[in-house]
Amino acid sequence: MTDSNRPLSPHLTIYRPQLTSLLSVLHRGTGVFVTMAAVLLVAWVAALAAGPGYYGLLMAALGHWLGQLVLLGITFSLAYHLCNGVRHLVWDTGRALELEGVYRSGYAALAASVVLTGVIWGIAYTAAGGL
Amino acid sequence: MRKYETAESRARGLGSAKNGFHHWWHQRLTAVVLVPLMLWLGIGLALQAGAEIEAARAWVGSPVNATLLIVAIAALLYHGALGVQVVIEDYVHTAGLKWLSNLAVQLACLVLAVAGILAVIQITLGG
Repeated sequence: MTDSNRPLSPHLTIYRPQLTSLLSVLHRGTGVFVTMAAVLLVAWVAALAAGPGYYGLLMAALGHWLGQLVLLGITFSLAYHLCNGVRHLVWDTGRALELEGVYRSGYAALAASVVLTGVIWGIAYTAAGGL
Repeated sequence: MRKYETAESRARGLGSAKNGFHHWWHQRLTAVVLVPLMLWLGIGLALQAGAEIEAARAWVGSPVNATLLIVAIAALLYHGALGVQVVIEDYVHTAGLKWLSNLAVQLACLVLAVAGILAVIQITLGG
């Protein structure tokens, strides 16, 4: 048996947070969250197929401020995972792996995901007929 | 450990797990497919914000959108299942629990994908 109290490396409690590690954790977190959010996408098409009663219920839930907050979280998570995923795909080809490039692309992925979230919500509010 | 490998296993490059490359490659393939699909879906769904049921049904039911939506649901849940599997393998340390939680996630993703695709088909057929 191994001793479960053995210290783990890296020592997270004293390890200085860095952009690289934070974005890596965020990539995993957003990936898991978007996978869970697939339930909502399936619920949406299922409600559309099931009829006005179910669709109305789902729309009312999503229109509530809590539903809007969840949708905002999903939008940002999807946008970030997509942008940072492109970063990973570039790395897979062996490019942009020097520290300076990794930091630059990290900030770029964050900025792009905020912009993409804003664009999608701008489209949604315009489609819904303004604020 | 390299010297203990046979020439064939070294050439195949699969290591002791035998199927790692398959997982890695499919994760990348679905990722590349999902980049345009999720941009399309994000904008497409945003355009349905506050839509009446008939309008949303018409959007889902059009041949092009229904096709893209089915591919998107399948690719999204396959990519999600592959990704969550890695997270479980990294953080669940009990062998039995690791196997069970992976099975549960794969099954849940499969059921979700089938349900979503069936709903899209039903809408397309005007059900």
